[in-house]
Amino acid sequence: MTVPDELQYTAEHEWIAISGDAATVGITDHAQTALGDVVFVSVPAVGTKVTAGEPCGEVESTKSVSDLYSPVDGEVTEVNQEVDDDPGLVNSDPYGAGWLFKVRLADDEEEPPGLLSAAEYEALTKEA
Amino acid sequence: MTDVPASQPRRTPLTGVHEQLGATLTDFAGWLMPLRYRSETAEHNAVRTAAGLFDLSHMGELAVTGADAAAALDYALVGNLSALAPGRARYTMICAADGGVLDDLIVYRLADAEYLVVANAANAGPVFAALTERAAGLAASVADRTEDYALIAIQGPRAAAILATLTDADLAAVKYYASYPAAVAGRDVLLARTGYTGEDGFELFASPADAQPLWAALSEAGAAHGLQPAGLAARDTLRLEAGMPLYGNELSRDVTPYEAGLGRVVKLDKPADFVGKAALAERAAEGPRQVLVGLTGKSRRVPRHGYQVLWDAAPCGTVTSGAPSPTLGVPIAMAYVRPELAGEVDSGGDGHLAVQVRSSAEAATLVPLPFYRRPG
Repeated sequence: MTVPDELQYTAEHEWIAISGDAATVGITDHAQTALGDVVFVSVPAVGTKVTAGEPCGEVESTKSVSDLYSPVDGEVTEVNQEVDDDPGLVNSDPYGAGWLFKVRLADDEEEPPGLLSAAEYEALTKEA
Repeated sequence: MTDVPASQPRRTPLTGVHEQLGATLTDFAGWLMPLRYRSETAEHNAVRTAAGLFDLSHMGELAVTGADAAAALDYALVGNLSALAPGRARYTMICAADGGVLDDLIVYRLADAEYLVVANAANAGPVFAALTERAAGLAASVADRTEDYALIAIQGPRAAAILATLTDADLAAVKYYASYPAAVAGRDVLLARTGYTGEDGFELFASPADAQPLWAALSEAGAAHGLQPAGLAARDTLRLEAGMPLYGNELSRDVTPYEAGLGRVVKLDKPADFVGKAALAERAAEGPRQVLVGLTGKSRRVPRHGYQVLWDAAPCGTVTSGAPSPTLGVPIAMAYVRPELAGEVDSGGDGHLAVQVRSSAEAATLVPLPFYRRPG
């Protein structure tokens, strides 16, 4: 299981890569391992306002369905069409080709609250 | 019984092998079992196109022996087990006095006075208790032999060819639902042509000490045939496609075999009285209160256990099992619905039928079970 140092995380197993006012969101390697084969991901449409900690989509796997939570406040600017065509990308490359959506941050002046560092997220997954 | 804390799931003779293979392990009915090794979809497809290897050592094995063994089972179960020939097996059920299903079982008659009853892991204790109680006063003894058996299944169109490289037994002579003492890779096993995948295949009841060598021999012999180890996740989608019920989903204390479409296992005309007979005879006469049907989804959102089934937006039933079907490429589900809807299978109920998938109603089609039938 990998937890890249350069990303930030949520306790609900999303990762987020922030660069200026733009951010990319996906689910972690730990999450995809726990879910098993992902068969469908529903993400918010471009233009949707998302709120940190609120459900904004769903991840369907063979065994279960899980809510997808937005890590930050913002507006969706892009969704990953390739994941819609091939949801298995979430399993094979969760931090790369399996990214889910991009957001423009509502507030790019301050660090979004409540995000976990790689070390904090890794500790969380080991507690479980 | 050993005194282990409830939080410590039991290990099978093969748990260490699964760990070495990097399996994701899960607590299933108190046993630490492989959920998947890598991709459950790949494991599922391997069973449909080549072969899969399963550890089923969590299943309960209960031996019923003695001069009255046949009579004890005729009284305890809904099937006619005294009519079962030695060397053959039968799918049957054990019911409560009110007709509710306590478990579904495969019963192997090993000899005139010797049966092996295979129960679901979660029900092995209650089934053992019920059999013991129901055999009281008869010349039959019931023993829990779960710890004495490892159970390995090899399932799929290549299963027989793989097994043939490891045994001199005439596999063509082992018919479906037959069992046969055989040597596989030099180890004595009870070889049964049974399974829970919808494919041809075999189950090997072996000594726990032989489990790892057998698993290794089958893995090695199967490698060239595309055999993969397969976990419980694949087993669940395989049995669902094959329309086979799972206790706790389609079967429970709250349904009789008739609701599940398995009334044929109830032998009301067998000579012996049996537990549940009066209630089941009544239910057979009045017709089922709900029927088990198959559904396919029209979107990619998957109907799952407990979701409501709708007819013209009004509740008409409940999903018992659902999953994305690797073979069909669409969501499939089994559901209990009002009996009159069984008549809509020909039309599919298109335009009327839906499943409430969390916040939205997703259109669905009624289809005949099973979803998948193996070719040939």
